Amino acid sequence: MNVLQFPILSLIAYLPLLGVFLILVLPKESKGGIRWSALAFTLASFAASLWLPAHFDASTPEMQFVEAFSWIPTIGVTYLFGLDGISLWLVMLTTFLSVIAVICSWESITMRLKEYYIFLLLLETGMLGVFFSLDFFLFYVFWEVMLVPMYFLIGVWGSERRLYSAIKFFLYTLFGSVIMLLGILAVYYYHGAQTGAYTFDVLRLMKVSYPSTPLFTLLGVPFSFQDLVWLSFFMSFAIKVPMFPFHTWLPDAHTDAPTAGSVILAGVLLKMGTYGFIRFNLPMFPEATKHFVPMMMTLSIIAIIYGAMVCMVQPDMKRLIAYSSVSHMGFITLGMFALNAQGIQGSIIQMVNHGLSTGALFLIVGLIYDRRHTRLISELGGLSKQMPIYATLFAIIMLSSMGLPGLNGFIGEFLILVGAFKVNYLWAAFAVSGIILGAAYMLWLYQRTMFGALENPKNAALHDLGPREMTTLVPIVIMCFWIGLYPSPFLSRMEASVNFILARIHQGQAATAQPPPSASSVRSLSPERSRRVEGVVPVAQRHPVAALPGEPSR
Amino acid sequence: MKLVLLVPLLPLVGVLINGLFGAKIRGRAHLVAVSASGLSCLVAFLVFFQAAGGRVLDWDLYSWLKVGDFRVPVGILVDPLSVVMMLVVTFVGFLIHVYSIGYMHDDRSYARFFTYLNLFMFSMLVLVLANNYLLMFLGWEGVGLCSYLLIGFWYEKKSAADAGKKAFIVNRIGDAGFLLGLFLIWSVFGSLKYSEVFKAVDPALGTGIYTAITLLLFVGAMGKSAQLPLYVWLPDAMEGPTPVSALIHAATMVTAGVYMVARSSPLFDLAPFSLEVVAWVGALTAVFSATIALVQNDIKRVVAYSTISQLGYMFLGAGAGAYASAIFHLGTHAFFKALLFLGAGSVIHSLHGEQDIRKMGGLWKAMPITAWTFLLASLANAGIFPLAGFWSKDEILFNTFKHGMTVPWLLGLIGAFLTAFYMFRLFFLVFAGRFRGGAHAAQHLHESPPNMAYPLVVLAFFSVTVGLVFGFPPDHGIYHRFVAPMFEAVHEAAGKAAHASLSSEVSMAGLSLTIALLGVLLAYQFYMKKPELPGLLANRMRGVYALLLNKYWVDELYQAIFVNFGKRVCAFLWGVDAGVVDGAVNRSSWLTVRLSFLSAWNDLKIVDGMVNSIADLIQGGSLNLRRLQTGIVQNYILAMSLGILGMLVLYLFVFR
Repeated sequence: MNVLQFPILSLIAYLPLLGVFLILVLPKESKGGIRWSALAFTLASFAASLWLPAHFDASTPEMQFVEAFSWIPTIGVTYLFGLDGISLWLVMLTTFLSVIAVICSWESITMRLKEYYIFLLLLETGMLGVFFSLDFFLFYVFWEVMLVPMYFLIGVWGSERRLYSAIKFFLYTLFGSVIMLLGILAVYYYHGAQTGAYTFDVLRLMKVSYPSTPLFTLLGVPFSFQDLVWLSFFMSFAIKVPMFPFHTWLPDAHTDAPTAGSVILAGVLLKMGTYGFIRFNLPMFPEATKHFVPMMMTLSIIAIIYGAMVCMVQPDMKRLIAYSSVSHMGFITLGMFALNAQGIQGSIIQMVNHGLSTGALFLIVGLIYDRRHTRLISELGGLSKQMPIYATLFAIIMLSSMGLPGLNGFIGEFLILVGAFKVNYLWAAFAVSGIILGAAYMLWLYQRTMFGALENPKNAALHDLGPREMTTLVPIVIMCFWIGLYPSPFLSRMEASVNFILARIHQGQAATAQPPPSASSVRSLSPERSRRVEGVVPVAQRHPVAALPGEPSR
Repeated sequence: MKLVLLVPLLPLVGVLINGLFGAKIRGRAHLVAVSASGLSCLVAFLVFFQAAGGRVLDWDLYSWLKVGDFRVPVGILVDPLSVVMMLVVTFVGFLIHVYSIGYMHDDRSYARFFTYLNLFMFSMLVLVLANNYLLMFLGWEGVGLCSYLLIGFWYEKKSAADAGKKAFIVNRIGDAGFLLGLFLIWSVFGSLKYSEVFKAVDPALGTGIYTAITLLLFVGAMGKSAQLPLYVWLPDAMEGPTPVSALIHAATMVTAGVYMVARSSPLFDLAPFSLEVVAWVGALTAVFSATIALVQNDIKRVVAYSTISQLGYMFLGAGAGAYASAIFHLGTHAFFKALLFLGAGSVIHSLHGEQDIRKMGGLWKAMPITAWTFLLASLANAGIFPLAGFWSKDEILFNTFKHGMTVPWLLGLIGAFLTAFYMFRLFFLVFAGRFRGGAHAAQHLHESPPNMAYPLVVLAFFSVTVGLVFGFPPDHGIYHRFVAPMFEAVHEAAGKAAHASLSSEVSMAGLSLTIALLGVLLAYQFYMKKPELPGLLANRMRGVYALLLNKYWVDELYQAIFVNFGKRVCAFLWGVDAGVVDGAVNRSSWLTVRLSFLSAWNDLKIVDGMVNSIADLIQGGSLNLRRLQTGIVQNYILAMSLGILGMLVLYLFVFR
């Protein structure tokens, strides 16, 4: 909690950027050099991120490893990085999958190698920045920065319809972000008008309660200021998740992205949406969150069942997995908006699980694509005999994705369903049917690709996984077992942060929320912070940024 | 007592060794797997002797899931119920491991087979030893997975892969109910640990909640234990290797549903309606699948339908509140049904894969050990005194009657008759008479090797003795003294209400024995004395015969409704997704592009056009005006003169 401490978060976030600079000066021909330096920097970033869970204080919901520097004081922009139990595992997931993305591209990317790795590393910095940022301005910058490398990864290194898919991905997401920008500005100005302090600092913006009295009624539904801002954030995050009915960019983007792009897209980028909900919508607009619970639940359940059913009839493996993501992400939003400890913790751990298992599923498709240059299920069949190791790893990942107990997917799904059941047993009953469908489409996919006689002569000469390919999948499989059998290290570190959010939601803006124990010490560090304005929630006295020089003028 | 941990862990070690190094071990994979299951069985017996005195161990190993007020440990419960299950599983499991050495010895995937088999043992032991519902669910799904993997063991055969998938998905339907049951238990009692849940059980909560919980749990049991209407996967499961059918689809896994119901007896006891449902479903299943077994021609399918039927009896017993008898039948059934399957496997092995009983017959001479043991198992299954099946089945029927469930009891009696008939139809067709499989196959008939034959003998020994040794006198044998105290509450409730005398018990047993003997006699009449009779009867009642032979067309019905129609719905939804949902996106982008063109045109023609036309106007005007500036003085003078003239005209004529 010391501003002067070692800036570990920035180090993690900018190591890949450093790699970008190195690769920039490397000659184009030095393919090995480019690959190895990309690997070195993602590995370094991952190694540095390992420091985080080891030194993470699970007992507090406060932001940790905070870095705060005044950036554009005239409009109240701070360079503010921090980490709590919600972002911790998503950061780990990002650094972990980035290493795997580099390894899986090793041989499959041969064209414009230099640019490819530059974009991949830039993407990692962008994603980490999003998870670390606690200042809306900074957050928005990273949010947009992230789009560009992904756009190029799909558009340049993708397959047949790559341009259509890349543009669709970019524009659809941009459309959402622009609406979110309106919401950010609304919050910014409201906070400024209320307190006299114009700031983009999320934690300070969170201390104000935004009006929840209805402004107008549309089709019988009252809308307040909170509701409107909530909806503006919703647009951006729902597209990113993607929630039904904003999901159609996803199958296209996945189908045409290169393997590493799909892995990152499914593994991390989709989590940005759910992360956004839990980081901003839930704690900042608790009344609106509760207002929109029925809508969110309905959309989640539609996504779960509808996604799974559409999944069933896909002829293209990647498209199938993309639709399965729609279904799985439905579980995550379902748990989150159950608004209880089980649901939210389940949804966070499920974000990690989905990143691991769906990321791995895309790797698995990629491995076959490298060999056969097809993603069509009908082209495959009977591969088990030729590729027993591949078949085994595929089976484990498939089971993890189906939520088999003992593997990670079960932990997340079960907690989510417990959470949902607690609120409304019908939600859980509907969602459980998604589990049945999940087994059906996954097993059918596995049967059609792995089982049966090897009939297509093109598959007869397929070789099993090499050591490099195993390195991409085996670590993920190990993680699947770890989370499935002993999830405590993961769950315990997010508990305090989740409880904090729950306290905000269920006690609303009432000042009944108890400040966390360390709040007083923080306050004493920054006397002017303790000045309370009407409507400021005392509970969010969480970080000492205000002591900085260059505080925006009031 | 804590040794019990080794019981599931040893097979797990076997899984790891064979799973990771199976490719290198290959032909010696059984050394690992068989010794793992053998040691596990040994430890299980040690634990049994410690637990025999009534000691109970409820041991939390570590906290598995802890979120808010939701806590579930990974923990072990050793009590009489789990000890009985553990013994059955490890002992029968070990024998089947031994048998598999011979049965699978020339299979390409020998190591993979033993890996799966050990994994199954591990999962099944977790299922029975868990001290909470969630860990039980882990085992529950684990055995389901192994079942899937082993049914589809010969995955190159489409029918095998299909059957595996079908088993998994049908089980998942049951699991969905089970899961909802767990949620409900947790939200009512705040725990999933047996000890905590059962301590919190309170009749004051009303029967409604218990009925809901138990019915949901029972949906899970219907899937796992193949009861109506979720039984369809079990006959197809016979696609797996025969030892698998014996271990998983007869002796152990399929009985998990019965175990779960017995385990949840404190909940079921407070839900009379659920018990009624359990008994009815059990009785109906027992008769329904027995009728199908009457006419099937695949040796394994007959035994499979018999398994479904016997599972029905177990549920009938549980539904009558006689949990101890249900578990007793589970134990005796494990021996004789495993033996029937292994005997069938021995026959199939000898006939090089032939499973059609119409091509068998007269095997008695060629394979005496198989024939003798098969006969004993058939007698046990038919419930003939004094073999194992007699004691346990009779107990169930007696308790059902005592409990006042007259119609299910009658169904049970009908089932007993059918059971005796189809068992001996099978026995006579396979082992008696003359061989019908052709001269070539006849030469290759042989008794199975010792490592396959010994397990048959051991199982036969237990199929004969287990009932008498542990189950006599009925309801008060050694077994009951060990297990029944667990279900004391029921016995008090049901026992006192209608305490039956010994004489009624004996007469009841005599009745069911007579009925079973009638069944055997009829089969003898049909298939030994007058072999033309069955054909005649089938011709006479062609409709009924077709109905039974085609298994009531239930598979076809499910296929049409759930698979074909379901796929059509999915395809339709995909059309909606591409056409409507994505269509909206694409159409809005189309609209944007059109609007852009429109604004571009507007910009070019109207906005810019206005600017340009003003410029044009000025330019054009100037051009015309420029013409006036000719520089010729005469023109100017002419213009001036005309101007003056004009003004004069105006002044003189117009404005006058």
